[in-house]
Amino acid sequence: MKVRSIEELREELLKGRQEPERQIVVSGGTCGYARGAGEILSALREVVSSRGLGNQLMVKETGCHGFCEVEPFSVVRPWGYLYQRVRPEDAPEIVEATLEGRPIERLFFCDPVTKERIPKAEDIPFFRRQNRLLLGDNERISPEDIGDYVALGGYRALEKVLREMSPEEVIEEVKRSGLRGRGGGGFPTGRKWESCRRAEGEPKYVICNADEGDPGAYMDRSLLEGNPHSVLEGMIIGAYAIGAHEGFVYVRNEYPLAVKRISTAIEQAEAYGLLGDDILGSGFSFRVRVVRGGGAFVCGESTALMASIEGKAGEPRAKYIHTVESGIWGRPSNLNNVETWANVPLIINRGADWYRQIGTEGSKGTKIFSLVGKINNTGLIEVPMGITLREIVYEIGGGIPGGKRFKAVQTGGPSGGCIPEELLDLPVDFDELTKVGSMMGSGGMIVMDEETCMVDVARYFVTFLEDESCGKCVPCREGLMQMRRILERITRGEGREEDIPLLEEICEAMKDGSLCALGRTAPNPVLTTLKYFREEYEAHIREKRCPAGVCRELITYYIDEEACTGCGRCLKVCPAEAITGQKKEPHRIDPEKCIKCGSCKEVCQFDAVKVK
Amino acid sequence: MKVDLKKVEEILSRYDQAEHSLIAVLQDLQKEFNYLPEEALKLVSDRLGVPYSQTYHVVTFYKAFSLKPRGRNILTICMGTACHVRGAPKLVEEAKRVLGIGPGETTPDLEYTVETVNCLGCCALGPVVVLNERYHGGMTPRKLSSLLQGKEG
Repeated sequence: MKVRSIEELREELLKGRQEPERQIVVSGGTCGYARGAGEILSALREVVSSRGLGNQLMVKETGCHGFCEVEPFSVVRPWGYLYQRVRPEDAPEIVEATLEGRPIERLFFCDPVTKERIPKAEDIPFFRRQNRLLLGDNERISPEDIGDYVALGGYRALEKVLREMSPEEVIEEVKRSGLRGRGGGGFPTGRKWESCRRAEGEPKYVICNADEGDPGAYMDRSLLEGNPHSVLEGMIIGAYAIGAHEGFVYVRNEYPLAVKRISTAIEQAEAYGLLGDDILGSGFSFRVRVVRGGGAFVCGESTALMASIEGKAGEPRAKYIHTVESGIWGRPSNLNNVETWANVPLIINRGADWYRQIGTEGSKGTKIFSLVGKINNTGLIEVPMGITLREIVYEIGGGIPGGKRFKAVQTGGPSGGCIPEELLDLPVDFDELTKVGSMMGSGGMIVMDEETCMVDVARYFVTFLEDESCGKCVPCREGLMQMRRILERITRGEGREEDIPLLEEICEAMKDGSLCALGRTAPNPVLTTLKYFREEYEAHIREKRCPAGVCRELITYYIDEEACTGCGRCLKVCPAEAITGQKKEPHRIDPEKCIKCGSCKEVCQFDAVKVK
Repeated sequence: MKVDLKKVEEILSRYDQAEHSLIAVLQDLQKEFNYLPEEALKLVSDRLGVPYSQTYHVVTFYKAFSLKPRGRNILTICMGTACHVRGAPKLVEEAKRVLGIGPGETTPDLEYTVETVNCLGCCALGPVVVLNERYHGGMTPRKLSSLLQGKEG
């Protein structure tokens, strides 16, 4: 049924809809499912239906809430209790307690720092410090139910734009909001739209870049899985502003759930006439297709992505002519990232003036970061631009696990850099991160502790990029290979004194000479680790020593005889039979036989296995 | 192995017969056959009007495609940064120790294929492996070894 107004849509979708006040919400993103959310949902539904409780209590699946650390978890409404690491066996108790309005204390979140149990999600420091303008709705929406999105005011921005605003006014509003591209480049979104609108040529295309390739970043997946209609609404508004009638969502093939949920959202929007011909009776037409990526990191680059949509290999081209003028099939094409699109309805609904108040001078609004690696509270966080790294790592992230020392936080994916402890008070926005040699990128933040070797990290990123370089231009293809060889040599303890200046020289050549941003930014991980952690490189080269105890050729495992209780666990797991010892006597590792797999260290309960 | 070209035709019929359908068709073929047989690729090139050389370029460019038959069980090891700092390289070694094959390889009996992926976006669970589309988080070499041996036994 095609609707003519959002009021009509609300009437159609929400009439007779009555949800019980008591709800058990389960976070059902990919991570949640990986930890058993599916089993918990079935268990809860089974209890509710077998006892005929459907009218008193609702079991609701939503997208990811972002607190991956305690997945799978459920939130019980109306109180907002958060139960962490729930198991299917807990289902009957959760249902009973919810009916009685009683909390289950043993399932409360336990703060890793204070060890205090916190009943409600809103009081957990991880959530309290955030400003969840985009992610907040993930907690309230069933991603495959357009009704939930509409109930929360969804598609009102689209209606406002189509009824009350000219395309130029929409562009002006987005320009004034100060929104910058969330995919990495930080280009002003309104200006991009304006250039594309003014460009000669028909048809025009809009594209949603959901080829989230940066390892350690998954906010786009979470938005597509959790609130696909918000992204779609942003795209339709953008298409109207630009004058495009066709759009593409380019999604990584590694994100099957995101592909499914955005495809469902498109079908629903088509069914109600929010996509297709004559949207809401406005005369404006727009269609969207989902394109699945083929698994190439470089396809996150705009020209490569557009080549891939055309069915070609995703090789970037030089951008003397911008894609807003000549993109897909040589037509004006406007590409924005998932998170950027999701910001658009918000700006239209609440106004550019409101949006401008959030953030810093040059970077407005909030940004979603994925806080991962050696951190207590792993998850997706949405914070206002300008928050400091220290607040992110210690207040939201709860610090480093196991009492280890913080070493660095890596931002911006493989093109970003490693930021050391002395810069923890840096306010996070597009410009500040660039100043210290890193970048915002798509918002991955990987925390590293004292047991992370920075030379190994540089080698990791260079190896990654060498593998992903499309090979079209020489500085990137050859530069990465040479850098990888040098870094491997250093991690093997065969580094030479001249390696550091040579690395720096290659970095400069790549920055100047590469064709696309992949090659131009590829030196960042090497340059920042050299800048802030040079002594680690020097220890590898001069002393043949890996201070973090990571580089295999430079370390040996041994057992601390004082700490060893002779329990025999390590002896049983050693795949190389390198460990000997009698029960209740200290054990020993034969360095000749040891393959340095670390299994013994992993099983030891007394911290007796050491690395030197 | 004889390739059922009817299946290829059936997949082709779902899409526009044009170059821009190439990657989507290849993805469906890969899913159907678990690899991309030469006869199928020739037919696809012909139907979509794409030179065979260009189809070959696309197939070898993207990671999602394989020209060789893959194993019945697919083990994917995530090599994202978060998994890397939490020990993913040790999982690759363990898989090699247990199955005797490295990333991109298939056991001669076609039982297992080991693959690596840049990031699955489940960083909180790291290190992560996926065995036959089931995610396993918090992996250690020891857990991986029992996972693989449980599968074999």
